[in-house]
Amino acid sequence: MKKNLLLPSEKGTVVPKKMKIIDYWKSVRLPILAFLAALLAGAVLIVLTDLKFYALFKKTFSQISTTQVIIAITSIALIALSVWLGVSKWVKNLLEKKGVTKRLSVSLRVFTPIIGFIISIFLLRLSGFSDIIDAALNITYISYHSLLEGSLGNIVDIMAAFHSGNIQQITESLNPISESLVAAAPYIFGGLSVAVALRCGIFNIGTEGQIFMGALASVIVGYSIKGLPPLIHIPLAMLAGALAGAFWAFIPAILKTKFGSNEVINTIMLNYIAFSLVDFLLTGPIRRPDQSIPFSPYIEISAELPRLLPYPSRFHIGFLIAVGIAILIYWFLFRTPAGLEIRLVGQNPNASRYAGINIKNKYLLAFLISGAMGGLAGANEVLGVSHYLSGTISPGYGFDSISLAILGNNHPIGVIFTALLFGILRNGSTHMQNIARVPVEIITVVQSLVIVFIAAPTIIQTLFRLKGKGKSEQLIVTRGWGK
Amino acid sequence: MKKENKMQVELEISNIYKSFGTVQANKAISLQFEKGKIHAILGENGAGKTTLMNILYGLYQPDQGIIYFRGNPIQFSSPRDAIRNGIGMVHQHFMLASELTVLENVIAGQEPSRLGFDIDYRTAKEKIRAISSQFGLDVEPDVKINDLSVGVQQRVEILKLLYRDARILILDEPTSVLTPQEITNLFQVLKSLSSKGRTIIFITHKLKEVMAIADHITVLRNGELVTSTSPLLVNEQELAALMVGRNVELSVSKSKAILGDVMLEIQNLEVLDDRMNVAIDNLSLSVRSGEILGIAGVQGNGQTELVEAVTGLRSILFGHVMINKIETTNLPRRQIIELGIGHVPEDRQRDGLILSSPVSINMMLCSYYQNPFTKRFILQEDIILKEARKRADDFDVRTTDVRNPANILSGGNQQKVIIAREFSRPLKLLVASQPTRGLDVGSIEYVHRQIIKKRDAGTAVLLVSTELDEIMAISDRIAVIYRGKIQAILDTKNSIREKIGMLMAGVIPEDITHMDRNNKKRQ
Repeated sequence: MKKNLLLPSEKGTVVPKKMKIIDYWKSVRLPILAFLAALLAGAVLIVLTDLKFYALFKKTFSQISTTQVIIAITSIALIALSVWLGVSKWVKNLLEKKGVTKRLSVSLRVFTPIIGFIISIFLLRLSGFSDIIDAALNITYISYHSLLEGSLGNIVDIMAAFHSGNIQQITESLNPISESLVAAAPYIFGGLSVAVALRCGIFNIGTEGQIFMGALASVIVGYSIKGLPPLIHIPLAMLAGALAGAFWAFIPAILKTKFGSNEVINTIMLNYIAFSLVDFLLTGPIRRPDQSIPFSPYIEISAELPRLLPYPSRFHIGFLIAVGIAILIYWFLFRTPAGLEIRLVGQNPNASRYAGINIKNKYLLAFLISGAMGGLAGANEVLGVSHYLSGTISPGYGFDSISLAILGNNHPIGVIFTALLFGILRNGSTHMQNIARVPVEIITVVQSLVIVFIAAPTIIQTLFRLKGKGKSEQLIVTRGWGK
Repeated sequence: MKKENKMQVELEISNIYKSFGTVQANKAISLQFEKGKIHAILGENGAGKTTLMNILYGLYQPDQGIIYFRGNPIQFSSPRDAIRNGIGMVHQHFMLASELTVLENVIAGQEPSRLGFDIDYRTAKEKIRAISSQFGLDVEPDVKINDLSVGVQQRVEILKLLYRDARILILDEPTSVLTPQEITNLFQVLKSLSSKGRTIIFITHKLKEVMAIADHITVLRNGELVTSTSPLLVNEQELAALMVGRNVELSVSKSKAILGDVMLEIQNLEVLDDRMNVAIDNLSLSVRSGEILGIAGVQGNGQTELVEAVTGLRSILFGHVMINKIETTNLPRRQIIELGIGHVPEDRQRDGLILSSPVSINMMLCSYYQNPFTKRFILQEDIILKEARKRADDFDVRTTDVRNPANILSGGNQQKVIIAREFSRPLKLLVASQPTRGLDVGSIEYVHRQIIKKRDAGTAVLLVSTELDEIMAISDRIAVIYRGKIQAILDTKNSIREKIGMLMAGVIPEDITHMDRNNKKRQ
C-alpha cells in the first residue's frame, strides 16, 4: 500500500530530515514510563505491606457504619468505571462513531480516570476515611523520600556543607551520591555483559558466575604478586578478571557453537559451578591465613583502584573506567564491521549466514566480550570496594544486569543510565529500610515490574495511550530459546 | 431492507472505504458474490485485496459502507462472527498445529462430545470422512500435519472450514505455495465445492489461474475497483494491463545467447539434507557464461540443497564445484561471494534480508566490510548511505529513506533490495532461486528483465524455480531435477511443456531421449 502513495520523486535520493527531539523521546519513552508505572505499583505494595497502615485499617473498619461501607464501595466502583471508560475500545469506537474529533476523544479518555479518581478520593475523605488516605500518602512519601535521601543525599545538608566550605563536610554530605556511583559501576559492566550478548541474540544468564570468576582471578593476582608499581599491577589484575570472565563464557560459547546446546541452560549451570568453586577456594586454598572466616587475604595496596575523593567516600576510578568501556563498546558495536556483524547475527542469523558472515565466530566473539565484561564487574568490586574476596562479593549484580540491560534497550549508552538508576535504587533502598521500615526487597519487586512492563509493552501503551512505534519497541529481546 | 434476489447473491458489499493512516486501502468498492460461483479478486501487491478480504472476514471494520449477507445488512466485529455466519478463510500462511494430527486440527474448537468433557473421536472421524468423500478432499485423518506436503496441508485448511459448515470460502493466494500438480488438484476441489453450492472467493495475482478457474473476475488497483467481468470477455494481456495500469509484456523478449567459457562446473555432487538423507545424488552439470540454465522440478527434489551447496551454505559430501575454473568445494561462503557469485535466496524474508535493519545495510550486506565502506576498521556511514541511495535509484527501490527498516517495504520492493545488492557487483555467476515467488506481474517482469540483462552482460545464470512458466520463459537450457538427479537437459527452443512435466514427475529419461531422436528424424 505504501508503494502506491509514493511519487516518482520520492525515491532513494530524497535527503531525509534529521532526528527531532520527539524521535529521541520516542526511543526512550517506553523504559521511562515503564519505570514510573513500576514505582506507582511499588507505592501500592509499600502501603499494603506497612504494619502501621494495616493497624489503622483494622481500627477504622471495626467501627465502620453502613453508609460508609456504601460510599467506599461506590467510590471503588467509580474508580474502576472511570478507568474502564478511559481504556476500553468500545468507548473509543463509540466516540469516533459519534463524530468526536480525535484530539477531544483522546483527552476525554485521558481525563476520565483522573477525574474519577479525584472524585472518589474526595468522597472517601468526606465520609471519614481521611485518616487512611493520609496515612497511605504519608507512607509513600516517607518511603520514596528516604530512598532519594539515601541515594542522592539531603539537599539541606548539601547546601549547608557548601556554605561552610569545609571539604570534610562537603564529602560527607555528598557521600550518598558517591555511594550510588560506586554501586553503579558493577552494574555498568554487568549491563554491558548482558547487552552485548543480547545484541548477538544470545541470552547470557551467566554474568553472575562470570563476576565471581573475575573477582577470584583479580583477587589472586592482587594479593599473590608483590612489589609491582600500581600502574602495572592494577591493569594486570583487571586483565586477569576480564580473562577469567571471558574464559567462563567461553565454555557455553563452545558448547553452543560446536554442539548446538542451549546457552541459557549452560550459563545458569556454570553460575552454580562458579559459586561453589569460589566457596571451596575460600574455605581452603585462598583463605586468609590464621583466620576461620572464609575471606581471601587483602590485595596489595598497589592493586587497589585509587579513590578519587577524601574519606569516607569510597568513590573510586572504577566508575570512570566503566563509563569509558561503555563508550568503547558503543563505538565497537555501531562503528565497526565486526560490531555490525554481531548486531546482524542477532537480528537474523539466517540472512547473516547468507551474507557470508561466519555466525559461529560472531557468537564466540560476543560471548567472549560478554564474559570479559562480567569479569571486569567482579574485578571492579574486589579491587575498588572490598579489597578482598568473600562469598557475598556480588549481591546479584549479574541477575539485575539482565533487567537493566533490557531496560537500557541493550544500548551501551542506555546501559550507563539504567545502571545509574539501579545503583541509586540499590543504594537508597538500605536507607529506606532504616528510616521507613520498608524492606529492601520492595526495590527488587519494582525492578522486576519494570521488566514486566517492558516485556509486555501493551500495558504501558494502553496506560499512557502511546501511539506509533518508537525505536525501542522494535527491540528483539531474544529469538527463541537456544539455537 | 430486503433485496431482490434473482441470481441468489450470497454476499454483497456496497461502497466500502477503509484507510490506514494516510493510506486509502479500499475506496468505494461495491461487489456481489453469487452463490456457487468462483470469484477471483485480482490485483498487484498492495492493491487492497487482502484488506477487503479481512473486512469480509471481520478482522477489520470498514470506515464506511455496508455488507449484506443474503440480503440483510450485517456487521462482523470479529472473525468469530464471520465463521458463525458461514464465512471461512484460508490464509496464505496456514494456521495449523504441526505436531497434531489432521483430525485434531480439524475439530479444534468444535470437538464433538458425548459426556461434555470428552472428545468423541469416532463421530468426528466419520464426519471428516463424509466431508472428504463429498468434496473429493482426500486426507487421512490420523496423520500428523508435519508429515503432509504443503498441498495436502492446504486441503486440511479447507476441510477445517467445511467442518464448520462454511458456505463462503475465502482463499488468500492459495496457489503461491503449491506445485503445478497440487494447483491442478486444488482447482478440482474448488470446482467440486462450487458445484455443490459453496461460494468461493479467490485472491490472486496470477493471470493464468484466473482464466482457468474463475467464473467472475474483479480487478483492484490502488484500492479501487477497476473492473468486474467474466473470463469469457477478457484475455490475459488485458487483465495484466488493467491490474498494473499500463501495458505489460508478459513474455520477456531476449536475444540469442552468446556463450562464453564454462563458469560453473559441478561434478558428481553428493549432498545431504537436514535430515541426513541424500538430497543431491551424483549430480553433474555446467553453466557457461552468457546463458541461463533453468532447473525445473517439483519442490523438494533437491533444488534447495543444490543451491546451498553451490553457494557455500551446505557442506559437500563428495564431488566438486568449480566456479570460473577455481575449485570452491566447501570454501567459506564469504570467499565464494567474493569470487563474484550473486545469490537471490528463495526465502527473501528469512534468508535474504535483515528485516529490522535499515534498507541501506541490507543493500550493502556483501560489501560493507570492504574499502571504501570500511576504512581502518571503521564503518564509513556516509559512504555506505550514499552508495545505498545510488543503488536504490539504479534499481528503482521505492522508499522515502534508505535508513528505514526493510520490513516496511512491499514484497516487490524487498526483492528489489536483494537484486540491487547482488546485481551491483561484477558477477561471474548468478544463482537465482525462486526469484519471483509471491511477486506481482509488474515486479516479475522487472526481475526477469534484470536477470536477462545480467546474462547479456556475460554472467552465467543458474535459475531455480518450481514455476515451469518462468523457467520456460527466460532460460536458454532447462535441466529437470528429480530426486536429486538431473533427469535430462534440454534446449528451451525445442522442449515441450508436457515433456518437461513428465520428466518432473520422474518418467525415465531414456524414453524421452528416444522421443527426441524420433522427433529429430522426423524433422
